Amino acid sequence: MMSWTEDQPMVSIKDVHKSFGDLEVLKGVSMDIMKGQVICIIGPSGSGKSTLIRCVNALNDIQQGSILVEGQEVNDPDLDKLELRKKVGMVFQQYNLFPHKTALQNVMMAPIQVLKQDKAEIEKQAYELLKKVRLEGKENSYPGELSGGQQQRVAIARSLAMNPDIMLFDEVTAALDPETVKEVLVTIKQLAEEGMTCILVTHEMGFAREVADMIYFTDRGVIVESGPPATFFDEAKDPRTKEFLSQIL
Amino acid sequence: MKSIPGINSKASTDFAVLKPPARNQVSHWHPNSTSFTRWLSELSILNCFLFILLAFVFSSLAFAQSNYTTTDAVDALFRWMPFLLKSGFFFNILISLLVMLIGTLTGIVLGLGQISIHGWLRKLCWAITQFFRNSPWLVLLFVVMLAFPFQIEIFGLTIPVPDWLKAVIGLSLPIMANVSEIVRGAVISVPSGQWEAAESLAYTRLQTLWQIILPQCFKRMIPPWMNWYAILTMATPLVSILGVEDVLKLARDATEAEGNHPELLMPFYTFVLVLFFIYCYPIAKLTQRLERKFSVKG
Ligand SMILES: Nc1ncnc2c1ncn2[C@@H]1O[C@H](COP(=O)(O)OP(=O)(O)OP(=O)(O)O)[C@@H](O)[C@H]1O
Ligand SMILES: [Mg+2]
Repeated sequence: MMSWTEDQPMVSIKDVHKSFGDLEVLKGVSMDIMKGQVICIIGPSGSGKSTLIRCVNALNDIQQGSILVEGQEVNDPDLDKLELRKKVGMVFQQYNLFPHKTALQNVMMAPIQVLKQDKAEIEKQAYELLKKVRLEGKENSYPGELSGGQQQRVAIARSLAMNPDIMLFDEVTAALDPETVKEVLVTIKQLAEEGMTCILVTHEMGFAREVADMIYFTDRGVIVESGPPATFFDEAKDPRTKEFLSQIL
Repeated sequence: MKSIPGINSKASTDFAVLKPPARNQVSHWHPNSTSFTRWLSELSILNCFLFILLAFVFSSLAFAQSNYTTTDAVDALFRWMPFLLKSGFFFNILISLLVMLIGTLTGIVLGLGQISIHGWLRKLCWAITQFFRNSPWLVLLFVVMLAFPFQIEIFGLTIPVPDWLKAVIGLSLPIMANVSEIVRGAVISVPSGQWEAAESLAYTRLQTLWQIILPQCFKRMIPPWMNWYAILTMATPLVSILGVEDVLKLARDATEAEGNHPELLMPFYTFVLVLFFIYCYPIAKLTQRLERKFSVKG
């Protein structure tokens, strides 16, 4: 049925408009993300970065435009949101781990309850994922017993357990201490190097420069400027981009 | 001479005891949080027994002239005790358990209705909840007593609805409404990030509720729920006003059978009070301990 092939964009965002009531937050945003690409979205607070990536897994609906995820139209009343979300993982700024479950259970829950996978198999996978995010030995800790950086890595493992094709990261290091930011970024970088398609909202410019294939700068609901890190950071043309970069770098 | 309290005996302290205790309590039955059981649990046992002792001494002083002595009254009480306990108080407990069962099950449904995604259902459940939360229990009991048929026919089968069952239904209504509020309050106290995390993991709304949200707020619901159970248990003597043979009604009948001596009142009603205290005090203590435990853990 779906005719998507890997030479087409994995996520194709076209002229997306999104309003909360009278407030238009996205005013015609377009971008394409190819398989294996890492995209960083930067911009001032309130410019609609979170709103945009939340539209990709249909946590927010859109009023106008089109978002194709592997050829599947997201702006469609008949959309099977659950099928979409099985393909698109998301990690939040506030971790949002399930506090009444251990790290291991957090990772295992969705595959068991949503994907109805075999428990023994998923348990093995969960141990491996926690090892991958360097949390060996923390399997039986509750979120309340883990540091922010550790919780965020559990959250990443939890998303990966669904075996998604695309990962969305919304300022996942913004709530962390400077020292623990790095341990999370290392994990994301490792994912990117393994070829995971990633859309990141971040304020970590050094990280963006290092891992991103494309940088998008948004302001007041539009994309002001975009480009590969080298040209974007060193040859920014738009005055708004320049001002933003001068403040943050 | 047969003494009629308040008429030819010295009208005094025991007069208030004659009135159904329920009447002036009705307006107090809307504590929102666990404040009532907290108050109860903070009473020291010593204080309470001191009070009971005082009451005994006082009543024996007040009627020292009468032929019928307090000792006679206490003897009478000892004869009636097993009956009052087994046929009376246990029935109050049975009523409270049935009411709690029905009220909890219907309250959960109503509470979940209050957080439905369908606006009309949400509003309907909200209105029902508010209505029954803010009605005096005694009035609800009267309405159910009068409005309910004494028997219902289902498929030609005639099922009698005895008064005690109507009383159970009547008391279930406010419990249902308060459980509904407990459920709604607990669910909305869970941060929205939990819903979003579950949603982004492809959970359905129902799955999110059952697997993620309710397990988290289950603990938070227990202390207020137990609080309402204690309040309900203490409200069960209300049914005696409607002729249901609970411990209060039987105590009244017993004092009548013993000749209505005013000396009987204090021992008999104190006994009833002590029964409720012994049953409700541990519940209040436990509620308080759970509340503290859960608030520490968060
Ligand atoms: N659920 C909502 N209802 C109403 N307004 C909203 C909602 N979510 C976001 N907004 C508004 O939309 C605008 C964009 O918000 P968004 O969270 O996308 O910004 P952002 O770029 O992610 O900012 P930040 O860097 O602070 O996270 C803001 O003005 C915000 O107040
Ligand atoms: Mg944001």
